[in-house]
Amino acid sequence: MTDPLLGAGTETTVPDVLTPTWEYAPAPEARDLVTIRSRSGLFIDGAFHDAADGGTFATISPATEEHLADVALAGDADVDRAVAAARRAFASWSRLPGRERGKYLFRIARLLQERAREFAVLESLDNGKPIRETRDVDVPTAAAHFFYHAGWADKLAWAGLGSHPRPLGVAGQVIPWNFPLLMLAWKVAPALACGNTVVLKPAETTPLTALLFADICQQADLPPGVVNILTGAGETGATLVGHEGIDKVAFTGSTAVGKQIQRRLAGTGRRLTLELGGKAANIVFEDAAMDQAIEGIVDGIFFNQGHVCCAGSRLIVQESVHDLVVDKLTRRLATLRLGDPLDKNTDIGAINSRAQLDRITELADAGEAEGAERWELDCPVPDHGFWFRPTVFTGVSPASRIAQEEIFGPVLSVMTFRTPDEAVAKANNTPYGLSAGIWTEKGSRILAMADRLRAGVVWANTFNRFDPTSPFGGYKESGFGREGGRHGLAAYLTTKAA
Amino acid sequence: MPALVLPTDDVSLDDVTRSASALRRFLAGLPGVDQVGVEKRAAALATRSIKRDAKLFALDLAIRMTDLTTLEGADTPGRVQSLCAKAQRPDPADATVPAVAAVCVYPDRVGIAREALEGTSVRIASVATAFPSGRAPMSAKIADTQFALDEGADEIDMVIDRGAFLSGDYGRVFDEIRAIVERCADTDGRRTPDGRAHLKVILETGELATYDNVRRASWLALIAGADVIKTSTGKVAPAATLPVTLVMLEAVRDFAALTGQMRGVKAAGGIRTAKDAIRYLVVVHETAGGGWLDPEWFRFGASSLLNDVLMQRAKQTHGVYWTADRIPID
Amino acid sequence: MATRLQVPKTYKLAIGGAFPRSESGRTFDVVDADGSFVANASKASRKDVRDAVVAARSAQPGWSGATAYNRGQVLYRVAELLDGRREQFADEIVRLTGVPRRSARTQVTSAIDMWVWYAGWSDKFAQVSGAANPVAGPYFNISVPEPTGVVAVIAPQDDALAGLVAAIAPVIVSGNTVVVVPNTRWPLPAITLAEVLATSDVPGGVVNVLTGDVEELTPVLAGHLDVNAIDLGGVADRDTTDWETAAAENVKRVVRTPPTQDADGPARILAFCETKTVWHPKGW
Repeated sequence: MTDPLLGAGTETTVPDVLTPTWEYAPAPEARDLVTIRSRSGLFIDGAFHDAADGGTFATISPATEEHLADVALAGDADVDRAVAAARRAFASWSRLPGRERGKYLFRIARLLQERAREFAVLESLDNGKPIRETRDVDVPTAAAHFFYHAGWADKLAWAGLGSHPRPLGVAGQVIPWNFPLLMLAWKVAPALACGNTVVLKPAETTPLTALLFADICQQADLPPGVVNILTGAGETGATLVGHEGIDKVAFTGSTAVGKQIQRRLAGTGRRLTLELGGKAANIVFEDAAMDQAIEGIVDGIFFNQGHVCCAGSRLIVQESVHDLVVDKLTRRLATLRLGDPLDKNTDIGAINSRAQLDRITELADAGEAEGAERWELDCPVPDHGFWFRPTVFTGVSPASRIAQEEIFGPVLSVMTFRTPDEAVAKANNTPYGLSAGIWTEKGSRILAMADRLRAGVVWANTFNRFDPTSPFGGYKESGFGREGGRHGLAAYLTTKAA
Repeated sequence: MPALVLPTDDVSLDDVTRSASALRRFLAGLPGVDQVGVEKRAAALATRSIKRDAKLFALDLAIRMTDLTTLEGADTPGRVQSLCAKAQRPDPADATVPAVAAVCVYPDRVGIAREALEGTSVRIASVATAFPSGRAPMSAKIADTQFALDEGADEIDMVIDRGAFLSGDYGRVFDEIRAIVERCADTDGRRTPDGRAHLKVILETGELATYDNVRRASWLALIAGADVIKTSTGKVAPAATLPVTLVMLEAVRDFAALTGQMRGVKAAGGIRTAKDAIRYLVVVHETAGGGWLDPEWFRFGASSLLNDVLMQRAKQTHGVYWTADRIPID
Repeated sequence: MATRLQVPKTYKLAIGGAFPRSESGRTFDVVDADGSFVANASKASRKDVRDAVVAARSAQPGWSGATAYNRGQVLYRVAELLDGRREQFADEIVRLTGVPRRSARTQVTSAIDMWVWYAGWSDKFAQVSGAANPVAGPYFNISVPEPTGVVAVIAPQDDALAGLVAAIAPVIVSGNTVVVVPNTRWPLPAITLAEVLATSDVPGGVVNVLTGDVEELTPVLAGHLDVNAIDLGGVADRDTTDWETAAAENVKRVVRTPPTQDADGPARILAFCETKTVWHPKGW
């Protein structure tokens, strides 16, 4: 086409913008920053111990399937022992002046900052997520979480939860594999700041950073028993949450397991908070700042391989811009770099486990079978390890499995709407209610949408933002209770008289 | 009108330029730019880690994309001559170092540069239209441009009238650019692929203040016929920034998708280190695409950048950290 | 063994991250508890006040623009560095005021804990005092505290360090910048504190210290039209009517209660904040 304005020809051929003309050389983060003990024990009462019955299990790198370490598999006796240690520690920890408790948390925050790169490398190895994310998100946010809660330890009287709020006792905490260290921080920091002691069980596939955190507890001189870490499998978690000796259960994980825990605790009077699954709607209006909306969509579903409970897995686009959004989105996705999690330029790492890969594969195949149009990133995939190409489904029916079920992987389902009411109806048409996104340049529309969305976190013109000061948690079957912010303290305090 | 940037859409730019009000409607209808989002994206791209071969490629490309610039009241013939020598052979000790894209000088120094660069591939770019403020009558701006062209400039770096732009008089800005486009079109025998003098339009983004304005000004200049849109004069702070350049690259990318025409971007001012330059190249690569990694479609306007790139290049080739003492000053 | 001659420190003012002498060239004798000479302190003038307010004003947007998390980290860093220089401060306090070393150490500890206490408030005081207001209509309505701007602080005149810290920490944590007149008799720990601030991550100009005569400097600060608030709590035991009257010219926020060294919530922080309420309609 000749410029109609110029007369003089400036006819040129637009090159294929996707042609890789500049291959980034491998830029691996140094793995020797971390030393992985070939065999790791349980952290109970300030020291490492083998499991009472000597049981162990292996943890591998999901990117290579390489064996990383054998860790202790906690059984019933170990749970008893850890709970007893936490109970003993509670007596003195809860009586420590808040200011001094806070100083321990400040120390932990600083130690995390100092050893940040070590944590980042270890997390990437054990989880499969890109070093760019562990380095820039997981670890600094975990440190910030401790920093924030350190400050609360001597200020609880001003948190709006009564003038003399008291700790609950021993908290049993079970966390998932998608943000191992960060979820640990979300659980441990508020519990300790409020004067509780904890027994925490990291996920079966990602135990290593929790054990490194135990090392930090030792470096910080944290009194023995305040933090106890039990590695193990689902069974260990079930024993822990059902244990008579704990006063509060905090669980992050799947909705199915969350329901089991809620049933298990029925009638016990023990306190419970649940942060469960999600199927978030990311709603794009035609007047959105489109290039940034595209970035938000990418962040929303492809951050951490989509292993995010609040992932924006349902893209609900105003019909007038559907083609534009899909076109821009797939062009943008073509720049994503999938591969070695330790490479600093990797955007998409490995799927955390074979089981998860199987589930994602099954659901994606169901999406195709149900008639949705499948697009996937055309990129090579390593020979070993668990990988799934970023995938976008268009023409998704609201009734289909990929529109209803949590996939927990890098799979986006695109649907359309015509009016704001329809957008709200589609967004809320799910048993989940964890998060939602709104993209529009019109402020009043954002606020009206936010009012109507049944979700615990609503992001407008951004997505997947987390901050220690900001409460996070779900509506409906995404769980109850909040983590972070002033509101998150409520989960670990009581106003009842002693 | 976000659909305007769809490659499949049938938008006639003829309609857009039919009247000042149509032009205004078009520019006002462009999708907004979210400041936080675009800055976050630029910052994320800035964390790319470019090593070894990829870095050497980038360093040589950065040299080949450089418009080696001297725009001082104190520019003497001797200064311009030494700059031209440096432009052809940036490192006399290393013949593998490529020449830069162009030297950039004031119009009254074009003649000196032309003599000095006779028979080389290095182009002569001249600022014009009452650079840097643009506050002169149109007749003076045209005369300024014509003088530079008559002296032999291959490329003209004009400034837009930011006052007119900020007061909403897009038609005036458009007309001024068109007038210069026509002067450039009316040339031949220049060291450009089509022999015609090429036009870079300086938006002076530091004065436009918002990314929305940068996007509108970019489209305005592209529609008016700019070959290249350029961030800054280098005389106003802030000059080029990564997110501003990203927004301008989105504009040329979308313009190409819409019209099939390639246009370029020049980031000028404030880019002083090889590390900075590589970050810009990453943004070019991942925003517009690999096709723009070419001196025809991306330039750096800089003076001190070249020496730092030479330092880093020497480090890559020799394996030890280099000293500025071994890099000839220009 | 030959005795080693000590190398004494020169005490100057702290303005905009630098340590200049008073433009007036004046100094005054600082003496110890027995009346013996300790050091010459710079005696700030009205022109030093002028310069200090300019420095405080230019530092204010950057400091209040930093994230609350960042300001909290900076204040915590001050505590860390102060902790490493406990003995130096204790030495100065003992020598100047004549209190027992144990009491001086208690005062230093109190100052350190005060920084930690306020570091923790940085990202919480807005959560505690801000509000989502349920107005009767389709509006989103929130109120948030914001720093008032440049604050003049007349530090408590009855101690040398803890009171000073209790006065300035709650002012700067929200994003204000200060010009502080420390204890007239015992000004040296204030300058040493300014050295700690300069080597922590507190940006230059956030805390400006003018040693000198409270009686001379306070009226200049009270009358300065580019100062937004003045803390007279450090001189609450005297009649401050004239200074309060001068402060009325630009409606300065005047705080008269002495800074407490007890943990008493965010009230002191909020005394130097404005409340901003934002309305926005909700609708398609």
